[in-house]
Amino acid sequence: MLAEAIFFSAVLFAIGVIGVLTRRNAIIIFMCVELMLNAVNLSFVAFARTYGVAGQVFVFFVMTVAAAEAAVGLAIIIAMFRHKQTVNLQNINLLKG
Amino acid sequence: MLLQHEVSAAGHPLAGTVAEWLWLLPLLPLLGFVINGLLSLVPATVLGPADPDMAHGADGAHGEAGHGVAVHAHDTADDHGAHGDDHHRVVRHRYAGLTSIVGPAVLAIAFGLAVAMFFAMRGVGEMHAPFVQRYFSWMPAGSLHIDAAFQLDQLSMVMVLIITGVGTLIHLFSIGYMQDDPGYPRYFAYLNLFVAFMLVLVLGANYPVLFVGWEGVGLCSYLLIGFWFSEKANADAGKKAFIVNRIGDFGLLIAMFLLFANLGTLDFVGVNEGVARLAFGGPLITAICLFMFLGCTGKSAQIPLYVWLPDAMAGPTPVSALIHAATMVTAGVYLIARSSALFSMAPVAGLTVTVIGALTAIFAATIGLKQWDIKKVLAYSTVSQLGYMFMGVGSGAYVAGIFHLATHAFFKALLFLGSGSVIFAMHAAYHHTGSHEDAQDMRNMGGLSRYMRVTWILMWIATLAIAGVPFFAGFFSKDEILGSVFLRAHESTLADASWLGIPGTAVLYACYALGLAAALLTAIYMTRMMIYTFHGPNRTGDAEREHLAEAPWIMTGPLVVLGILSAFGGWLNLPALTSFLGPVGALDRWLEPVVGESALRVTNGVAPEAAHNTELALVGSAVAIALIGIIIAAVRLKPARLVPKARSPEEHGIERVLANKYYVDEAYDRVVVNPTVGISRGVLWKGIDQGLIDGVLVNGSARLARAFSSFGSWAQSGQIGTYAWVLVIGVLAVLGAFTIR
Repeated sequence: MLAEAIFFSAVLFAIGVIGVLTRRNAIIIFMCVELMLNAVNLSFVAFARTYGVAGQVFVFFVMTVAAAEAAVGLAIIIAMFRHKQTVNLQNINLLKG
Repeated sequence: MLLQHEVSAAGHPLAGTVAEWLWLLPLLPLLGFVINGLLSLVPATVLGPADPDMAHGADGAHGEAGHGVAVHAHDTADDHGAHGDDHHRVVRHRYAGLTSIVGPAVLAIAFGLAVAMFFAMRGVGEMHAPFVQRYFSWMPAGSLHIDAAFQLDQLSMVMVLIITGVGTLIHLFSIGYMQDDPGYPRYFAYLNLFVAFMLVLVLGANYPVLFVGWEGVGLCSYLLIGFWFSEKANADAGKKAFIVNRIGDFGLLIAMFLLFANLGTLDFVGVNEGVARLAFGGPLITAICLFMFLGCTGKSAQIPLYVWLPDAMAGPTPVSALIHAATMVTAGVYLIARSSALFSMAPVAGLTVTVIGALTAIFAATIGLKQWDIKKVLAYSTVSQLGYMFMGVGSGAYVAGIFHLATHAFFKALLFLGSGSVIFAMHAAYHHTGSHEDAQDMRNMGGLSRYMRVTWILMWIATLAIAGVPFFAGFFSKDEILGSVFLRAHESTLADASWLGIPGTAVLYACYALGLAAALLTAIYMTRMMIYTFHGPNRTGDAEREHLAEAPWIMTGPLVVLGILSAFGGWLNLPALTSFLGPVGALDRWLEPVVGESALRVTNGVAPEAAHNTELALVGSAVAIALIGIIIAAVRLKPARLVPKARSPEEHGIERVLANKYYVDEAYDRVVVNPTVGISRGVLWKGIDQGLIDGVLVNGSARLARAFSSFGSWAQSGQIGTYAWVLVIGVLAVLGAFTIR
């Protein structure tokens, strides 16, 4: 049971990473980040069955942070869209040295 | 001063006497330098005595009758161009009056102090060790320990008396000569500073303190040669003097290093004691002496470094008298006399000094034969006379060298100041008419004796003195040098040594012959100068002639004093032959504690005593030669045939070579100066400075930094995706590294 959960978590995490690396749209990248967080949540829950309730407590924290992040992140993306009329990250390179 | 009781050598006979005020000697002129220097910072100038013609608006007429003083005392040939057409305008410094008091007064006080010390020294009788005052530890570094210390002994005393005495007279003369120069306080500041450094030079108790004075007088010489620096020729002459002297100073420094490395001390007292440990005539002591002599050739204008002295005549004439004739250039002679213990141990070095001295004496004398500039004649004459002094000290006749130094200071200062007086009169005359003729060229003079009787008589005294006419100062001193060289060819360590394979005896006889020949030439060129300047018809110009006049008393007064000294300076050290004139050998006895031992070492322990007939022959030949020279010049020269400079024909043949000073300056330019400039430009400037330092080091490091930064800039693309890739790859690499291990 644990092995399947961890495998599934790893697959989800890998999909999230690949999404972040390959996609250009900021919203999709954002969603991939959420996917990675939830992949981690899954493995926390799976491990909680064996090692005690601390893993489930962590999941609550992660969900809280993710909710806050979603609020802030979406707000940034909307502000950026208003400014640049795009959410394509290739067109946004304000950090260029 | 609280200091003095702790610093003086206790138990010395001079302790507690006026000699305790030794430190005040250089301090007084230094004080004058500070005061005059501060005054010179005030740029204010005021118009001089009102010109009556100015009031009437007579612009074109430059009538300044009765204002013989009121002219610019410039003496360069073409200085008119420098201040335009303001011939009728006199510009004086606002505080010139204060400077006229401070400048000479500090010197006069110093001279009074020196005289008091002289009598104190005579009062204590026999004094075998110098009176040393140590003020503070100057360079304590490991085994090197150098004090700032002064010492007073018989040799220093002679030098101090000459420097302050002649210096005071020249300061007084300068009041008249320079009074209408806007840079008047600056001039006196430099002159005071020079005397201060010169006193440091002769009072220093060790080589480094001497070196401070040595460099200091070089600095003042540079400042005063280039005093009228607005003209490039003057500034160049100053630089030439300074640079040529640097070459010599290098030699003196090496000599000091060698002394310290082998004796462990640089005090004169210590060196004199320690020198016995060195091998007599060995390569080490010879090298030390030769390097030291290199320093002397620079400062005292000997072959090959004499070239700066004739150019130094670009300075004001009193400067030429004080620095480039009477005092500074004799520093080399003083140094050798001071280091007599060293030189008496190195016969080969002594022979070198003698030979160089003799060669310089004859070489400069031949050039002096064909110079037209009155100051150039005197400049080459100075070089030639310095050669005599080196013949004296080189051959171990230290007293004779110092004796000639003293008498030369008298008559050469007189000659220079006299020429200054002549130039002053000539310049005033040309100034009145606005003529741009050369005020220093003898072809423009002639017959001046009718206008300047005092100067004329006094300069004849000096001429007879330098020519060696009996009973004038130069006769005794020059004779003593020539006689010493002759006697040492018989019996001395120099005669036993050999120089470049030639036996010392032959070398010394040759030097004696050269010295005699130079004496003949000296008589000729000095008489020539006098005849062309003061006799025959006047060639100044019809309009200018009536403005020729004798200088004011402030200028002729010092001349008179120097004239007396030139006439009777020989009484300082009368030879045995003239014992009917007074006490014999006063200077010999006076300097005996300082140089006596060294002089005896040179002559193998016996005082050289000439047979009566030999001595008569020596003196007779010298006198005959001087008289023959004067007669040749008087008979052969035809001042009536001379024409003013502007209309003079070109010289030909040997005359042209002499007038052009054997083309030595040109040769130096070609052999030394141009290659140096070429290497400096081609290699040091273009190659090292621009190529290596600017190109590789400065710009190279900048380029390297820029390359790094452009890589960093390229890496910071601003693309989040790229950053994420880098992050992931990095994480994988770290994880991989942990896993694989």
